[in-house]
Amino acid sequence: MQPSLPSHHPLLGPDTAILAAQQQSASASFFHNQRTNTAHQDANSNAVLAPASGAMPFTVAPPQAHAPFDAGALAFDAAITNAPPGAPNKHTTYPYVTGTSVLAIKYKDGIMMAADTLGAYGATKRYKSISRIVPAAPTTLVGAGGEISDFQYISKLLTELNDNDVIRDDGVVLKPREVFAYLQRVMYNRRNKFDPLWNSLVVGGVDQATGEAFLGTCSMIGVSYTDSHVATGFGNHLARPLFRNEQRDDMTEQEARALLEKALRVCYYRDKNSINKFVIGTVTKESGMKVSEPFSLSTEWGYDAFVHPTKHALGSW
Amino acid sequence: MSSVGAGYDLSSTTFSPDGRVFQVEYAQKAVDNSGTVLGLRVRDGVVLAIEKPVISKLAVPGANRRILSADRSVGMAGAGLAADCRMVVNRARGECQNYKHFYGSAMPTEVLAERIASYVHLFTLYWSVRPCGASTLVAGCDQSGGERTPQLYLVEPNGVVQRFYGTALGKARQSAKSEIEKLDLSSMSAKEAVKAAAKIIYQVHDESKDKQFELEMTWIAPETDYEHRRVPADMLAEAEAEAKAAIEAMDE
Repeated sequence: MQPSLPSHHPLLGPDTAILAAQQQSASASFFHNQRTNTAHQDANSNAVLAPASGAMPFTVAPPQAHAPFDAGALAFDAAITNAPPGAPNKHTTYPYVTGTSVLAIKYKDGIMMAADTLGAYGATKRYKSISRIVPAAPTTLVGAGGEISDFQYISKLLTELNDNDVIRDDGVVLKPREVFAYLQRVMYNRRNKFDPLWNSLVVGGVDQATGEAFLGTCSMIGVSYTDSHVATGFGNHLARPLFRNEQRDDMTEQEARALLEKALRVCYYRDKNSINKFVIGTVTKESGMKVSEPFSLSTEWGYDAFVHPTKHALGSW
Repeated sequence: MSSVGAGYDLSSTTFSPDGRVFQVEYAQKAVDNSGTVLGLRVRDGVVLAIEKPVISKLAVPGANRRILSADRSVGMAGAGLAADCRMVVNRARGECQNYKHFYGSAMPTEVLAERIASYVHLFTLYWSVRPCGASTLVAGCDQSGGERTPQLYLVEPNGVVQRFYGTALGKARQSAKSEIEKLDLSSMSAKEAVKAAAKIIYQVHDESKDKQFELEMTWIAPETDYEHRRVPADMLAEAEAEAKAAIEAMDE
């Protein structure tokens, strides 16, 4: 028997495409319609908010020629591109290419930071060699989750900060704590403009003078704290419980690395927006700053819980 | 009115009848009275050196620097009014940062030198400002592919920019220049140039006028990864010792 062609959206399933489109256009109709209608009018006209001739302000937008693949995202893009002058900014209110968790712990000699190298476009594993751990100052590493382009901008800010410091040549170098304070201000300032940088940042390093290790994290709205171990995103839920049990500030390098690899493995098993390609960065007083070449971890997918994920989970299907 | 030009030297916006702008020439005089400044462009780098008179015995050694960085690999040595030098360097820093921010790569030295020249030139065009009393040597190292090209430019108060293998400014510029002419710059390494520069500075120093001076020296070299850095203290001390020894040998 020939399989019949599906009458519904091939990816979203029966009725979902149409429903999603209708819901979106209904909920967005008030602002969205007015914007799209007025966008073609003279921008100087005083009647900017009046609907175009014949169109009722609350009518649903006419169906488009092509069924939208992701109606929500398209409506969102349209709201940005058709916004009238003076409307609130909508750019960077929605991350596009994102990185997932960054994990970091203190150990005997300094700090160790780990992340995978994926830049995910939604759920698509789009860019697989993105460096999300970068040197920010002579003994400071910054790692980032969240929007990659925003992180590239932050990296640029940090490069300029460090260049200016080098040029000054006064024998005073930026300490990790200072880089952290700077980033806190940048993140909080941008959220106050309602234009946040969509990142969770981890700052780690060693004070060259005292040898003291520093580890801190800052969220996209400027919430920040320092601790002996930090993690962003999923890592907060998956890795930090492990860190709480096992991390000590006097760990050896081998122990610290083993713990980070364990945490990376746990994150990789459970976070679908991650790949098995990681880098580990270290900062120590003795040997300075290093970011490793990318490597992958051995994995074992034969566990019963992986093979039968719903077996012991009551209520799932 | 004793001469043709008399009365035409108060404004930088008025030519004298024989076609000169005296205020700009006076600015050049301020530069010519400065401590000697030296720039050598050699095979694999650039060396900048300054004879800096000690203004007070209470001054902190090494303070009040006259050679500053405009970018990681751009050094600027100023002759003339220190404050004017600083103003020019600050402008150059802004230009470099802006260029890097916009184009994503370091500013070519030639572009920088021309921008500085345009900036300095502006001060010769308006009655409301006085010309810049500083000449700057701009040392850089351009990278294209794997190739590094050392560069040395001179920007003068009148807005002229020139490219050099080696040049000197300030009090003893004439004798310093004739010493530089004796060097084989195109085959010399930056390391050798450091010693040569120290020797020239000590040689042209006029003992009768300024008793004490400090030798300030920076370089761009393979040893600094082609970034603009101060010559390390031990290397500077060695170069100074050799320079002094050479002078003494010559006197005998």
